[in-house]
Amino acid sequence: MNVTRVGLGSVLRRATVAPRIQSNQLIFRRAAFKRTIKTQTFLPEAAGDILNAQRLKRPSSPHFTIYQPQLTWYASIAHRMTGTALSVLLYGFALAYLAAPGTFSSKKIVEQVKKLPTSVKMGAKVLLAAPFTFHSFNGIRHLLWDMKLFMNVKGCYQTGYAVLGASAVSTAALVMM
Amino acid sequence: MQSIIARSARRGFSTSAARRMATEVPAAKAPLMKEFKIYRWNPDQPDKKPELQTYKLDLNQCGPMVLDALIKIKNEVDSTLTFRRSCREGICGSCAMNIDGQNTLACLCRIDRDGSKDSKIYPLPHMYVVKDLVPDLTLFYKQYKSIEPYLQNDNPPEREFLQSPEDRKKLDGMYECILCACCSTSCPSYWWNQDEYLGPATLMQAYRWIADSRDAQGAKRKEKLQNEMSLYRCHTIFNCSRTCPKGLNPALAIAKIKYELSVE
Repeated sequence: MNVTRVGLGSVLRRATVAPRIQSNQLIFRRAAFKRTIKTQTFLPEAAGDILNAQRLKRPSSPHFTIYQPQLTWYASIAHRMTGTALSVLLYGFALAYLAAPGTFSSKKIVEQVKKLPTSVKMGAKVLLAAPFTFHSFNGIRHLLWDMKLFMNVKGCYQTGYAVLGASAVSTAALVMM
Repeated sequence: MQSIIARSARRGFSTSAARRMATEVPAAKAPLMKEFKIYRWNPDQPDKKPELQTYKLDLNQCGPMVLDALIKIKNEVDSTLTFRRSCREGICGSCAMNIDGQNTLACLCRIDRDGSKDSKIYPLPHMYVVKDLVPDLTLFYKQYKSIEPYLQNDNPPEREFLQSPEDRKKLDGMYECILCACCSTSCPSYWWNQDEYLGPATLMQAYRWIADSRDAQGAKRKEKLQNEMSLYRCHTIFNCSRTCPKGLNPALAIAKIKYELSVE
């Protein structure tokens, strides 16, 4: 029964696609239907080239511009940005002090700040206190997660709102100081 | 006696039902039009920029799910719209896409029936687009393959491989993953580092085999994750668990891997 096992497979296959029969069929088909759509012929070997040509031009789908704003990833971005800003401030100040100890001494800074109007002082305090408190509380949130606590969506949102609330309260307290 | 009552009751019920069916004329609902804005890109015109194409549908002539709307558009409006779909019941994971800003399965996502708001549909974020809503998942599958997602044990028992109910319970919430790639493509870390970071879906499956009491290669599996990129690009952002259409928690699985690596 099994033609391949007997070794007739290739012979039979060649017989069925013999050019004479095939062309007869084609002539018949052409006479019967007039095609309106033009088709292109591609060899199977060309598949790789076509795929590679397509891959070169494929666009990357949009990501953060279309993704829904959620507490999850917005808090993560805020944690990064506040962390970077605080580090820049710390290292920047330390290096500035190293370079010019006279101009960046605590006494000089206090004198300079005293001359500023109250609104600017309050604004600067918020700008310093808000990232600091948020980053500290969110850091504790991350430490809790590392201990496998609050590790579900509900816990993520509960701790997230708690961090936002605690940051707001402590920022206000620091600004009042 | 009882059977007579039962029979008459049944007859009474069926005749009234038939009457109701005969008299009630289904009232035609007023059309509820809604706009769908769908991401389009055609590989045959690769230099044409991707764009949002708007389609209007009457929601009262359409099934309840976003996939129903997509199929209706493809059948009746624009047959060139391309998307993957198969089971239409949330078990195959083919129709994963970004709907109104969230990754989910189109077949499990109800259409918001507010006609005044349009619905935006994009392919999974930060993936190469094959066509329209079809992303290239080659890398995603390669990453899955790289964690060797099969049981490895050189000394299997001669008969069944038994597990205690407690050990079996450890796999709950992980084996149900259908690899739709919603979680991985919702992860900002995966957006920026998908060439090296494995992503939540693959990492949860890695832990599924680490946690399996029958698998003997846990140490080797953990060793493979002990580097800067594969695992530790996870910053517990939680987009993965938030978006999972199956309600699973990949973030927890990753936290467990990190915990186990830290206490070794």
